[in-house]
Amino acid sequence: MSKPLVIPVDQYLHPSLPDVWFGVVMFALAMYVVLDGFDFGIGMLYATREDDHDRETLLAAFGPIWDANEVWLIAFGTMTLAAFPDVYSRLLADNYLIALGFVLALLFRGVGPELREQREDEQWQRACDWSFVGGSILAPFLFGVLAGSWVFSVGAISLPAILTGVGLVAVSAATGAAFLAAKTGPALAEEMRDLGIVATLAYLGGVVVLLAVVIWTDAGGAASTILSVPGVAIVGLSVVAGVAGIVLALRDRYRAWLGFALALPVLLSLLVALLLYPEIYPATASGTALTVEMAVVSPLALNLTTILGFPVLLVVLWYFKFLYSVFSGPIESEGYGA
Amino acid sequence: MEPPSQLFDVAFGAGAPLDGTALFLPAEFASRVQFGWTISVHILFAALSIGLAPFIVYFTWKAIRTDRDRYERLRSFWLKVFAVGFVMGTVTGIPMSFQFGTNFPQFSAVAGELIGGPLAFEAKMAFFLEAVFLGVLLFGRERVSDRTYFLSSVLTGFGAWLSGFWILVVNAWMQTPQGYEMITRNGMEVAQLTDPIAAFFTPRMTWMYVHMINASVIAVALLVAGVAAYIIWKKRDAKAWQTALKIAVLILIVAAPLQAVHGDAYGRHVEDTQPQKFAAMEGHYETGTADLHLFAIPTSTDAIMDPSEENLFAISLPRVGSFLASGGDFDAVVKGLDEYEQNPPVPLVFWSFRFMVGLGFLFIGLAFWGGYLIYRDRLSDSSLYLKLMIAASPLGYAALLTGWYVTEIGRQPWVIQDVLKTSEAVSSTLSSTEATASLVAFVVIYIGLVLAALYTLRWLIEGELRELGVEESPNDHWYGPIPELPGVGNDE
Repeated sequence: MSKPLVIPVDQYLHPSLPDVWFGVVMFALAMYVVLDGFDFGIGMLYATREDDHDRETLLAAFGPIWDANEVWLIAFGTMTLAAFPDVYSRLLADNYLIALGFVLALLFRGVGPELREQREDEQWQRACDWSFVGGSILAPFLFGVLAGSWVFSVGAISLPAILTGVGLVAVSAATGAAFLAAKTGPALAEEMRDLGIVATLAYLGGVVVLLAVVIWTDAGGAASTILSVPGVAIVGLSVVAGVAGIVLALRDRYRAWLGFALALPVLLSLLVALLLYPEIYPATASGTALTVEMAVVSPLALNLTTILGFPVLLVVLWYFKFLYSVFSGPIESEGYGA
Repeated sequence: MEPPSQLFDVAFGAGAPLDGTALFLPAEFASRVQFGWTISVHILFAALSIGLAPFIVYFTWKAIRTDRDRYERLRSFWLKVFAVGFVMGTVTGIPMSFQFGTNFPQFSAVAGELIGGPLAFEAKMAFFLEAVFLGVLLFGRERVSDRTYFLSSVLTGFGAWLSGFWILVVNAWMQTPQGYEMITRNGMEVAQLTDPIAAFFTPRMTWMYVHMINASVIAVALLVAGVAAYIIWKKRDAKAWQTALKIAVLILIVAAPLQAVHGDAYGRHVEDTQPQKFAAMEGHYETGTADLHLFAIPTSTDAIMDPSEENLFAISLPRVGSFLASGGDFDAVVKGLDEYEQNPPVPLVFWSFRFMVGLGFLFIGLAFWGGYLIYRDRLSDSSLYLKLMIAASPLGYAALLTGWYVTEIGRQPWVIQDVLKTSEAVSSTLSSTEATASLVAFVVIYIGLVLAALYTLRWLIEGELRELGVEESPNDHWYGPIPELPGVGNDE
């Protein structure tokens, strides 16, 4: 057996490495919810566009970036498997139909636009539009239900889980609208602004209802966490970011609005992390509750994934900077402008 | 061993998961069929990315470096195919990793420490690379320099090949696991990583990687050749497609014989490391000296289900199986299937293996014939050759799929060889209602997906023909020589 020289076998590189990995996994979740969130939003807003020119503008905005954004889901999933295999297996096995329904919704969302452009046939294009819009609504809803079921441990068919799903749909619509407002011409931007404001208000309202239900029923013992200082701070910051975004949108400062809009899914992911920690999986029919300490893999495996994976993660972030800089210009129906 | 009477029992072992009255399939059975079905569809698109990558890089390079329109035409056509394939590969790939959790959570829990790392590396090192630079490749032609554009094609292709590497690290570990020890975590026996080098570079790893990459290249070369042959059939002077056909045939001349030579050595490696699988591949039921079946056809319908020697019309070399297995001893004893408590479904493995090998030899024949035609400068003029290449265009994929059936079905009843049985890996909380519902959804949706992909290819070809100025005419026919079309003999 060849002994790796640089990687400690018996202990973690740092005693808090398992907690760091909890943070890394939550970071990937946040990246996914933020980046694919506005992709979903574009898909939802697409349904409000009757005009072919507008529709093609939205598809042009979506085209070059969505696939790379979606890879954050795979990064989230595989890093969870690599660091906390029991969490991965229980989360998906406990929510079988939700999880597979979600990936099928993603399938419809992804192939719709790709197939649409292959044929100039009205019926075909309408079918592809349905696939795109339907998938873009259903995917964030089911992903939210999955997350709600995970965090509140009350099962997928429950009010907290369903409200989480609705919340994710609303926040995706809000970020999608802000993204499009910042990247398209004035006429479309104005309409996106109005829709985005409605979506932001719906999201804030949804969060308030969700938290009220959770506190009232104390689902998963989450009430005390939400009412703690960090919990109140995250909720408060969400309201501030939402309101600030609306104010900026009304003043037609769309780029600044986009910044505040993107803060909403980041804060939502932070809330998920706060509600879970130090547990990482609650007690369910499939077993007892798992803490980060219990669920984490052995030192050698985690150290290896850290040493090989962290530099790569930095390179990936550079890729994204490159991708978004190539496609940084305003969007026209025939593609990104200069 | 009793000859089983029903395909169902053959394929999934006796013990009747179906009692004939149940409306829903048992969860384990449904999970296995679902995984097999979804991976069969996914791998078509994964292999397309891997196999098409070198073509894309080459066409991009030539399109940038030469002014010739033909390479730009080929680059643009195949990049569209690549893009559709990549999207289909992404959306069918995510359900694969999800099913490790939804359907086989015990597999994830037991092997997570070994397979999680490579899968995460696949996402981070390979998949992001491919997705980001494909975005540039598809939408950024006018936005980046020629050099960055070419580099994007290289990085996209490299991403596809690296993706395959990490996935096969996982699969090879499941065939020949090492670099781990079993420990107890949260009350469960799980594999703990003890030696990453050993676990990543298992004995099977390089065999599998070379064989799979080469199989993908062969499958895509046949696809490219088939499409080119079809377009040449419709328009003889389509210079770009004459070039494409020639390149594809030249690639096949190298890749097809390599696959056979490499595959032969790979087979002996399997015999050493997974004797049970090898016995199923050869239909070697009883321990003793082994003949080598070069060629076999069933003499009755029973023989399809039960390919034992007395049921086959076979051309066999007596005891050569023993000779190869032992490295020189004709009397060497080869372990037979009677040594094991539970065996893989022999007919599926036996016939899949023969189907794959037979196709492999066909490809060598087609490649050499094409080489001869190139030598005589008649590649685009042979009516029969063009027709055969059109007919052969899906066959590379057929060989690739049956090859994987040998590998995966042949490993049964194990999901991780000698460590974890497939039946133990299945979710204990999964109900047959849920499992059946998802299976039906995947079957219906994936059939639609494959049809959409095939129609897209057809539309792309029709579009290409329109651009080449070919009108649909009632005179198109498939018999006789290549239709004469106006403009034959024109130079580019």
